[in-house]
Amino acid sequence: MSGPTLYGLAAALLVGLGLYGVLAQASPLRRVLAFNLMGAGVFLMFGVAARRGAAAGLPGDPVPQALVITGIVVAFAATALAVMLMRRLAQTRAEEAAAAASSAPAEHG
Amino acid sequence: MAASSPAGYLLVLALVVPVIGLLGMSVTALIGLRRVEFVAFPVLVAGLAVAGAIATTVAETGEALTYVVGGWAPPLGLALRADGVSAVMLAMAALVVALVALNARALFCADDATPDGRRAFAFWSLLMGLWSALNLVLVGEDLFNLFVALELLTFAAVPLVCLDGRAATLEAALRYLVFALIGSALYLLGTALLYGRYGTLDIGTLRELTQPDLATHAAVALMIGGLMAKAALFPLHIWLPPAHAGAPAPASAVLSALVVKAPFFLIVRLWFDVLPGPPSLPAAQVLAGLGAAAILICSVVALRQERLKLMIAYSTVAQIGYLFLMFRLTAEPGVPAWQTIGWTGGMLQLVSHAFAKAAMFLAAGMIAEALGHDRIAELAGAGRAAPVSVFAFGLAGLSLMGLPPSGGFVAKLLLLNAATLAGAWWIAAVISVGGLLAAAYVTRVLKRAMATPPAPLATRPVALSRELTALTLALVAVALGLVPLQPFELLAIGRP
Repeated sequence: MSGPTLYGLAAALLVGLGLYGVLAQASPLRRVLAFNLMGAGVFLMFGVAARRGAAAGLPGDPVPQALVITGIVVAFAATALAVMLMRRLAQTRAEEAAAAASSAPAEHG
Repeated sequence: MAASSPAGYLLVLALVVPVIGLLGMSVTALIGLRRVEFVAFPVLVAGLAVAGAIATTVAETGEALTYVVGGWAPPLGLALRADGVSAVMLAMAALVVALVALNARALFCADDATPDGRRAFAFWSLLMGLWSALNLVLVGEDLFNLFVALELLTFAAVPLVCLDGRAATLEAALRYLVFALIGSALYLLGTALLYGRYGTLDIGTLRELTQPDLATHAAVALMIGGLMAKAALFPLHIWLPPAHAGAPAPASAVLSALVVKAPFFLIVRLWFDVLPGPPSLPAAQVLAGLGAAAILICSVVALRQERLKLMIAYSTVAQIGYLFLMFRLTAEPGVPAWQTIGWTGGMLQLVSHAFAKAAMFLAAGMIAEALGHDRIAELAGAGRAAPVSVFAFGLAGLSLMGLPPSGGFVAKLLLLNAATLAGAWWIAAVISVGGLLAAAYVTRVLKRAMATPPAPLATRPVALSRELTALTLALVAVALGLVPLQPFELLAIGRP
């Protein structure tokens, strides 16, 4: 088995694991982490494409590497947005629960 | 292909003008302006002018506009290109954004220093970012560039969903984001496979290179699958109703009218421009089958909703289903897809739905403001409190049902004819039943809204000028019914 094939299979495995995680996990944080796993697989696939597509005598094609860097920035931004939404959701839920708890006795009384 | 058109710079302006607005908004406080909307309106006028100039240039010259970024021709560099369909959609996006902005002005006009000012700043800056990203999706030619555009669109759309900051809308936004991220990861994986196979991501170059082999089909299938999640095609639609119903009405209007059309537009590009040879009939049947399921199931679900905005959101999912029928209906042997009536019908459905749905969400927002709620069962009296909005809702409904005279009528008639010509009787049946179901859910609302309330209602007055924006959008949807019933030249410009 050649190097690129091995990396390609590893990339497919990572994408599969990540996709399973995003679909099967209920907790949002685990889903976002699984998305990052999937992203790692996709970026590895770009690496394989760079190796296979390189002209004779060159170690690698630089274009996919540039794409991967952009992809990582985008995935990082997405993760940051998701984590901020989760934090805000946890805060808001706590506030709404506290408000409901403080108004409930008043309604009974 | 290699050289820019003389007016190619217009495409750059379409991307840059909203970004200038976005940057301008972040420095408003420094130059003494207290409200970001003062920046938004000049930008809207400029953006509308640019979109109008692109549309007229493409229509007059009969050729696609091209701009080669930095003079580096593909496959080394990036190209921007607007053909007939892109030009129509750019104009549509500009008109919808401008009219929605006029309606949103009163909702998001708080002073920068107040807590509401933060919301206002978020709304206007996100609207600008969304508009620029949408324009990039419409004119991009490089698959990776399009990926970045889609992500920017998602990042602008997700916060719009949770502008009011309640736990329910935050949850809807988070679910939307997770679906969108799965979609974009699958899209990017397909992009990697295509690059590995062909060594280029420029659509114009790929069109000549692609071979019908396993790698190409797998890559395009992954990309279309990912885009289906973003376009909310049944059964991947579950994120859409809570997200679109939870957003403030002007944001819902933009999300439903424009944002879900961007991934659909990319599916069209992949299907007709990247896939080699004549399209596969079984794959087209699958897409059309999912579209048909969306029309039937989500129309019935819309009929059973208790909240007006949720009903409109489910109607969006159903109307997106019509778009996917197009893939089956353009498959005529020996005829290029863009010369079939299925192509014209599908594109017209896209444009008329954008105007009708934006009108409907704005009208629903005005009705909810007048009555203080949007429960369908208690809508009685809305006809008196906000008559213009209820009228706009009805006109937009006309287009969704497919009754003449309206853009939806022409679109659905063309799709129906195409289905009969193609011998796809089940599609013809679905289009007819879908129209009846749409009529049922629209008249259900209108009947309640026109009823006399049991007791006099305490309603809040709504500004006529804001109601008129909804009416204008609905009138545009109706006016689209005046286009001729034949393959429309403009939509075929710039196709190979």
